[in-house]
Amino acid sequence: MSWILILEQSLNGLQFGLMLFLLAAGLTLVFGIMDMINLAHGSLYMVGAFLAATLVQATGSFAAGVLLAIAASAAFGMLLEVSLLRRLYTRDHLSQVLATFALILILNEAVRLVWGSDAPLSMPAALSGPVELIPGLMYPSYRLVIIVVGLAVAAALFLLVTKTRMGMLVRAGASNREMALAMGVNIRALFTAVFGIGAALCALAGSLLGPLLAVQVGMGENILILAFVVIVIGGIGSIRGALVGSLLVGVVDTIGRAFLPILFGLFFQPRVASAAGPAIASVAIYLLMAVVLYFKPQGLFPARG
Amino acid sequence: MKTVAAVIVLLVAYPLAMSAVDNLFYVSFASRVLIYAIAATSLNLALGYGGMISFGHAAFVGTGAYVASILFAEGVTSAWLEWPAAIAVSALAAAAIGAVSLRTRGVYFIMITLAFAQMMFYLVTSMKAYGGDEGLSLPGRAELGLGLDAGNEVTFYYVVLGLLLALLYALHRLARARFGRVVTAIRENEVRAEAIGFPVYRTKLACFVIAGAAGGLAGALLASHGKYVNPNVLHWIQSGTLMIMVIIGGVGHLWGGLIGAAALLTLEHLIAEYPVDWLARLAPNYQQHAGLGVGLVLLLIVLFAPQGIAGLFTRRARAP
Amino acid sequence: MLELRSVCKHFGGVAATDGVSLALPAGEAHALIGPNGAGKTTLLAQICGSLTPDSGDIFFEGRKITRDPQHRRVAAGLARSYQITSIFRRANVLDNLALAVQARSGTSFRFWRPVSAEKRLFEEARALAAEIGLGARLEVAAAALSHGEQRALEVGLALATRPKLLLLDEPMAGMGPEDSQRMVELIARLRGGLTLLLVEHDMDAVFRLADRISVLVNGRLIATDAPQRIKENAEVRKAYLGEEAIA
Repeated sequence: MSWILILEQSLNGLQFGLMLFLLAAGLTLVFGIMDMINLAHGSLYMVGAFLAATLVQATGSFAAGVLLAIAASAAFGMLLEVSLLRRLYTRDHLSQVLATFALILILNEAVRLVWGSDAPLSMPAALSGPVELIPGLMYPSYRLVIIVVGLAVAAALFLLVTKTRMGMLVRAGASNREMALAMGVNIRALFTAVFGIGAALCALAGSLLGPLLAVQVGMGENILILAFVVIVIGGIGSIRGALVGSLLVGVVDTIGRAFLPILFGLFFQPRVASAAGPAIASVAIYLLMAVVLYFKPQGLFPARG
Repeated sequence: MKTVAAVIVLLVAYPLAMSAVDNLFYVSFASRVLIYAIAATSLNLALGYGGMISFGHAAFVGTGAYVASILFAEGVTSAWLEWPAAIAVSALAAAAIGAVSLRTRGVYFIMITLAFAQMMFYLVTSMKAYGGDEGLSLPGRAELGLGLDAGNEVTFYYVVLGLLLALLYALHRLARARFGRVVTAIRENEVRAEAIGFPVYRTKLACFVIAGAAGGLAGALLASHGKYVNPNVLHWIQSGTLMIMVIIGGVGHLWGGLIGAAALLTLEHLIAEYPVDWLARLAPNYQQHAGLGVGLVLLLIVLFAPQGIAGLFTRRARAP
Repeated sequence: MLELRSVCKHFGGVAATDGVSLALPAGEAHALIGPNGAGKTTLLAQICGSLTPDSGDIFFEGRKITRDPQHRRVAAGLARSYQITSIFRRANVLDNLALAVQARSGTSFRFWRPVSAEKRLFEEARALAAEIGLGARLEVAAAALSHGEQRALEVGLALATRPKLLLLDEPMAGMGPEDSQRMVELIARLRGGLTLLLVEHDMDAVFRLADRISVLVNGRLIATDAPQRIKENAEVRKAYLGEEAIA
């Protein structure tokens, strides 16, 4: 167990956490402001990845393809909001759950009809090699780029939410929706915009993770759960909570999977360790969630009092 | 009452009719429908009567399935031991998950039950000794004893039917008993229910555990029926499927689980097995994309007929 | 019967309850008045258990109940009615009341015997309905009642738990003169057996019903006294907009 390995896994955790943040940020705003549970958020991630696959091939450029995919997904997200999702804001949670679940089924099949079960998306050739960060630590340059992009977007989001007028409206809406409505904020436009941004963030995450995790139908379902765990830990409606939550989840999950089996191997017999280690590693983040909830049932930074 | 009697007579006569035309496949299919009816009914208790939007119910069904299968794989082949064990372990899982989750409300509760259920999924997937990803195949169905052969489709059907009817009767009594009244009162106005002195948390937890236990039974039956179990039974998408059944059938209605399971599974079967010409000309592969149709139907129901099929015929289960 | 000692509750930087101390002897009808936003409902919430004070203590019949969960306080004899009607709208009047009676007559962890078999439960509910003036409206769904009738049912639900102390949060809210009159008579009928803590804006009702009045302003109790002396209290007159309010 070397420091190099620990550093490398920490970077992986950071990278994964930042991508999770992109998903969680959009999701937590939708929950916080619109009080709507949107299970189809993972589907936007999937659609973004598939669009990227096609557009990267069409334009021949990774960056151009991804940017176009982001724009297209944002448009798609806003279209979805205006045509369908806004009818659900006033409905009870069960209806929202079922309607957005129906959307998952529909989008999964629709994607399968248009693209098939998966689509190829490879990282740009220029980034496929490793980079020596510190003597002895070789780290894939693509993952490094993801980290940089993730941090940049996080910073931009913070600026947006804390320094701009729109951000102020968003925060007001997250902490007290009725008040925001009473203040005469153009809620409908705000909601649509928030949705569009959420979709854009999902598409970015989907495009960037696509080369690493494979672009396939159903990819949204698994990552959606992680986004939920992040939001529960971080607190609904809070961007700060989403960031802290995602980094926690990203790091715990990655490091857990890498080192827990080894740790178990130190204390337990090989037969037990080889079974228990990976098992506990895969549920580490859920145990983390349970612990956080025990002490803070509304998450670490709930937007509402 | 007369409709109920008629339905029961039909359900009892069905396998005999199918045997007469030598079509045991449809008896087996019907058993599967009835097992899902048990699962959907158990969810209906928590969701429809209790108002608890638990998106992790598949975890309890799956736990029951795995407990029964693991016991079988380890040599305990009697249904009399396997199935109660499945119920007990599922009840315990529901107690543990419910105890933590029920301290939260609204959107949090939905997400937490979902997350915990997925946790069970990953736990089970990592159990390499029992198949991991691939699942576990069993050489036979659980042994019923009493001279009955579980491998006989008609016999198995009647066992499942008996259990379903027993569950429905128990739910019927429960809804009218003190416990049922409190549960529906909590669903309708939790704040006031607490204010007049009902122990809300304990009641919801009890309801959740009962639902989980019944789900576990369904899981054990499912594993026995198919002689196979795999982690997908626990995946949250399965929870969604159960929810679809409940809403199609009628949330909070006694027969909602049965109607929903029958409707969904029959629809899926018909789409897959019986091509509709004009539809095939429009979209040649439509049969492989049944999910699209199900999704659309679900969406339409949620938007326009939230009371489901049962809701079209009867009034919703009245609050106390 | 009820005692509050230096109860405090803060929300963010605002003190909703600022060192409130109060003692209610058994059998008293006590009114709590104050301008809007004074913190009356917050105080009620802490007494009945839906909110926990940040500091200070609450005693009921000599026992400390500061952190007790609501259902335990109800079992001990402390009940509350709500300012915004909170009833079981889909059930009828009889079932609403029967539910509240059920809550205090034994465990509800009974899974088999139908409630309809428990004759005594429904007899009590019927008697309660008569007491609150809804004897003729038993089969009507709560949602279909008039506003005044719903407010009466609201009080009825609290009464059904056979409280020793009844907290009434603006029972007259949204009522016209006829309905208010009926509600005042209802509450007057209740006075004999119960201790009452009444939060109200309707000054007529307050002065007719209360033995003593407490005035809450910005979370602090500025006066607790007999109605006549409260009327004459300069500070109280100042707290309300102009003297006409208490004339």
